[in-house]
Amino acid sequence: MSTAPTPYLSVQDLKVHFPTPDGIVKATDGLSFDLERGKTLGIVGESGSGKSVSSSAILGLHRGSSAQVSGHILLDGVDLLELSNEDMRKMRGRDVSMIFQDPLSAMHPYYTVGNQLVEAYRVHNKVTKKEARARAVEMLDRVGIPNPDKRIGDYPHQFSGGMRQRAMIAMGLINDPGLLIADEPTTALDVTVQAQILDLLQDLQREFNSAVIIITHDLGVVAEMADDVLVMYAGRAVEHGPCKEILTHPEMPYTWGLLSSVPDVSGDTNARLLPIPGSPPSLLNPPTGCAFHPRCLHRDKVPGDLCRTELPPLVVGTRIGSHLKRCHLSDPDSIYESEVLPEIAPDLVDEIVADKATDNAADDAEGAR
Amino acid sequence: MTFEEYVPGAADDHEPATMADMLTVAGNAAAVAPVGAAPILEVDKLRMYFPVKSPGLLRRTVGHVQAVDGVSFQVVEGGSLGLVGESGCGKSTTGRLITRLYTPTSGAIRFQGEDIAHAKARQLKPLRRDIQMIFQDPYTSLNPRHTVGAIIGAPLAIHKILPKKQILPRVQELLEIVGLNPEHYNRYPHEFSGGQRQRIGIARSLTLQPKLLVADEPVSALDVSIQAQVVNLLQDIQREFGVAFLFIAHDLAVVRHFCPEVAVMYLGKIVEIGDRDSIYNNAHHPYTQALLSAVPDVRQAATGGRRERIRLEGDVPSPIDPPSGCRFRTRCPIAQEICARHEPPLLQIGQRHKVACHFPGRLGEAPREPLTSGLLGVDREGRPDPGASPSTDLVEQPGFADTWFDLDKKTIGRV
Repeated sequence: MSTAPTPYLSVQDLKVHFPTPDGIVKATDGLSFDLERGKTLGIVGESGSGKSVSSSAILGLHRGSSAQVSGHILLDGVDLLELSNEDMRKMRGRDVSMIFQDPLSAMHPYYTVGNQLVEAYRVHNKVTKKEARARAVEMLDRVGIPNPDKRIGDYPHQFSGGMRQRAMIAMGLINDPGLLIADEPTTALDVTVQAQILDLLQDLQREFNSAVIIITHDLGVVAEMADDVLVMYAGRAVEHGPCKEILTHPEMPYTWGLLSSVPDVSGDTNARLLPIPGSPPSLLNPPTGCAFHPRCLHRDKVPGDLCRTELPPLVVGTRIGSHLKRCHLSDPDSIYESEVLPEIAPDLVDEIVADKATDNAADDAEGAR
Repeated sequence: MTFEEYVPGAADDHEPATMADMLTVAGNAAAVAPVGAAPILEVDKLRMYFPVKSPGLLRRTVGHVQAVDGVSFQVVEGGSLGLVGESGCGKSTTGRLITRLYTPTSGAIRFQGEDIAHAKARQLKPLRRDIQMIFQDPYTSLNPRHTVGAIIGAPLAIHKILPKKQILPRVQELLEIVGLNPEHYNRYPHEFSGGQRQRIGIARSLTLQPKLLVADEPVSALDVSIQAQVVNLLQDIQREFGVAFLFIAHDLAVVRHFCPEVAVMYLGKIVEIGDRDSIYNNAHHPYTQALLSAVPDVRQAATGGRRERIRLEGDVPSPIDPPSGCRFRTRCPIAQEICARHEPPLLQIGQRHKVACHFPGRLGEAPREPLTSGLLGVDREGRPDPGASPSTDLVEQPGFADTWFDLDKKTIGRV
């Protein structure tokens, strides 16, 4: 392990608990992941699965609230949870910054967009107002806002939804942070604008070589943007691995459910929508054992009552070492191929059969040699 | 089958925790169109202009928001038409016009052959039984101070369909149909989750056994795993009761799954309308193509990287002062001079496929010469051509004609 480069961001056993009059809400319960510069991590899950809470913990946004945060968040070797409030304040915006879902409520309505950008820059850099303004114009231009030197004096309400999100991105990147967290950056936008923003984020990431965490519930966005995917359910990671692996060979029934409950715009029309039954659990009183077991359709394939009584550990999956899953099923890949895939994507089954045939042929040829 | 005969399968052993399970065991494939059904709704050149008033005392009208500007389409009995487009394109306004929550500026809405566009309030009351609406936001569309039973039973009392005593059994029956526990009629909306509230909204819209349901973004406020439950429920309802749907949504994948026919709107106009296959696999309008290429695709993961997509620059122009000619020309990658001078007519180019573009063609195969110049009696730049006379049979009608102009063979196609 000593030869592996130390990742830029390393989150280890992060727990965020909120004490309430009814008991402790375990919004995030033991989350670990690594992220390198220039890479994108997609965090997927339903509302209330702890995606946003975990990422605001990285930014230290729970300081001053009643939340109990434990674990380690190492950014470039520095544990963010051990920093003083003042030191964290200096990191925020300079090393870590965030793009919020709704730019209209994330921006101050009484200040011009320019003022907010200039402020973000001057907090971390000793420059004159004029220089900061020039930098703000440059950033607005970079994110594709027309006539940036004129629009810089506009108020947020004078911008359209897509332009506001661009301005938000400009504000997030103005100090060239190493880590950018985008919390549902395109959920409030139309598809054509969403495509513009995703393209922009990808271009900027390449240019600034930042690490990006993109939080979303749209698996399509993840498929196009992310290198790694982390699927969360009830505050825990249930599946984690390279994007391609997770989306083509998922090994956890919750991920199957996510894939089967959204229709695909290019998929087979014979594909069926198989929703996940029931609704997400309350984090106040989560189910025993695997938190997904009350909604899981494949519980009967696990011997005994294991799903209900024992929390499955996050272990290496059946195919490759970097694929982690939290499930008791012993042979999930074959269940996926034989039971789930024929229902949700009948057209893909033939491809897999063809792939296997060529694989086998290749193996045979090698064996003959 | 009528509502009374419908007995849902495993509805007896309900536990509160598994209320939503009922209709989720089996999934549903994409909907198919009913064959040879008669149109139940015909919309003809529908317009809705909202006045923009000047500030100050006089409140003079200084302009109009042209929210819907000449839209024509048909919905067949038991069928479903999807309306897609970006925000502000007029799709929700169209839905509200059809339910007559607004009175249109002009145009006709023929429901079962009768024009209801300017019907008076008293004439509308019986109509409300036949056309119902499902709203987008399940949090604001249910009265928080009424019980679920009162919400679902209200239409029965208002229309005096059932005596008071029989309302409760009917409400419980409806709760069962939408997969909720019938014993929960006494609860208030806040006691239910978002998906369950949407089911309550659906139960309310089904109370009067409508023939047409206008669903305005019925699933976009719900979590992904819950969306599929509601889409499947709507499909089951359509199959059981033969209700026709006007399905308004911005999610192209959901519309593809639910609607055999789709209309694409842009700035108050329909730019392309056709059956599922024509729109999703054979789109001829550059806007439809751009819209489709912008949808993120899960299958992209298998190939890796990002697809080449058509990038649309800028934002949708203001509907107060829309561009001249074709409204899409300011963002269109293939726009030419004729596009600024003339509005393209909605041309039928397939058995069930119409497109409004001067240069219709598959992606990358758009013709160089405007296809419509002869029909409009103009030259290729859109100036009046003294040698050509404009075609007179360009009357736009709501449905599809038996003949059309086949773009591939350059001939007139016939059924």
